[in-house]
Amino acid sequence: MVPFAGYEMPVQYPAGVMKEHLHTRAAAGLFDVSHMGQVILRPKAGMEALCLGFEALMPVDVLGLAEGRQRYGLFTNDAGGILDDLMFANRGDHLFVVVNAACKHADVAHMRARLGDVAEVEFLTDRALLALQGPAAEAALARIVPGVAAMRFMDVGVFGEIWVSRSGYTGEDGFEISLPQGQAEGFARQLLAMAEVMPIGLGARDSLRLEAGLCLYGHDIDTTTSPVEAGLVWAIQKARKAGGARAAGFPGADRILRELAEGPARLRVGLRPEGRAPMREETALFHDGAEVGRVTSGGFGPSVGAPIAMGYVPAALAAIGNALDGEVRGKRLPVSVAAMPFQPTTYKR
Amino acid sequence: MKFTNEHEWLRVEGDLVVVGITAHASEALGDVVFVELPEPETMVSAGDEVCVIESVKAASDILAPVDGEIVAVNQKLVDSPALVNEDPLGAAWFFKMKLDDLAVLDDFMDEDEYNEMIG
Repeated sequence: MVPFAGYEMPVQYPAGVMKEHLHTRAAAGLFDVSHMGQVILRPKAGMEALCLGFEALMPVDVLGLAEGRQRYGLFTNDAGGILDDLMFANRGDHLFVVVNAACKHADVAHMRARLGDVAEVEFLTDRALLALQGPAAEAALARIVPGVAAMRFMDVGVFGEIWVSRSGYTGEDGFEISLPQGQAEGFARQLLAMAEVMPIGLGARDSLRLEAGLCLYGHDIDTTTSPVEAGLVWAIQKARKAGGARAAGFPGADRILRELAEGPARLRVGLRPEGRAPMREETALFHDGAEVGRVTSGGFGPSVGAPIAMGYVPAALAAIGNALDGEVRGKRLPVSVAAMPFQPTTYKR
Repeated sequence: MKFTNEHEWLRVEGDLVVVGITAHASEALGDVVFVELPEPETMVSAGDEVCVIESVKAASDILAPVDGEIVAVNQKLVDSPALVNEDPLGAAWFFKMKLDDLAVLDDFMDEDEYNEMIG
């Protein structure tokens, strides 16, 4: 058990990180992510005003999100850095938002300060959050909640007191399940009793998301990295870019739109060390003898069968295949820029 | 077999000492994915970092338990790091050392003392 964002969390269950990781890719893994922040935004002056207000906090199209759908979002600051990344869903008469555990109190304060005229910000502290991920996740969850089988990637559904989205943090098909905390243990035990389902700790959660090329807030993205530098341009819809229907109008728009137009100075890239030595967070990256960047996440990819990492390098050095060195215990070892995800995703589109 | 506070085991083999890590240590490390060994014919002092073990969780070092010369290393671990989890007390020895005097081993814990330490 390790402390994580104020919670005691298991790094691994008895199977260990490697088996948990591979099991998730082969069958289904169950994650307790109840530490994450769950928030409901109820409109005070109609959904449109709420969506426009929420849009003012991030470079993302909220108004255009259809009912029953979920989207990835990022709160930005005035300098164009990232305050947190999140998921939000349009549930018809309100928005449902899930934010990172370490940022949740700041996020709630931010939303209350900025959305006071348009939203009632309800911080839900009585609900658990489970994630069921992997190719067998649908079959397993559908035994308890049959309606989930019809959902596609990034759909959200309300099944009584159980709220489900078809999404996750592993690159696999799967679901995130919000439910009243009193029901969580029984629900989890029901899933764990199924042959396909194994409990998964933080260690494999990290290696799975790293293979999927997904950012970990506070490591790969933070208040100093812009969404463009982080390679999250896909999260900025047309409506918010220059020439779009609601261009700009979010914190840090000057920098973010300039970087979209001119290209950023540096970029988050995937990295493949050539040897077997993992290059972990903070490993310095060199090009022609000069330090050019740092690894922000790195380790061993159990499904890839080799070390993998991500980090920031100058945009001129960000081309796939570009050769760099990473300094591991005083030795400069070859590493090359690689495409992400490292492991193909299997979302059910 | 003798044991160190750093969870290494030491086994006398002729005039050499074979060094590995305990089952307790290998379980705590988790799945080992990378091992870096010292160069043979290296003189080391007790407490020197001589090997690196990386698991899926973290990196850690093996320290030289005593002064002496590294005379052999187990190259198999470089190709099959998982051996450290599969057979920590046997096939997954790390290196062999030549000491001036094997009597220094008397200072280390025996198996009962080690088991008591890890409780």
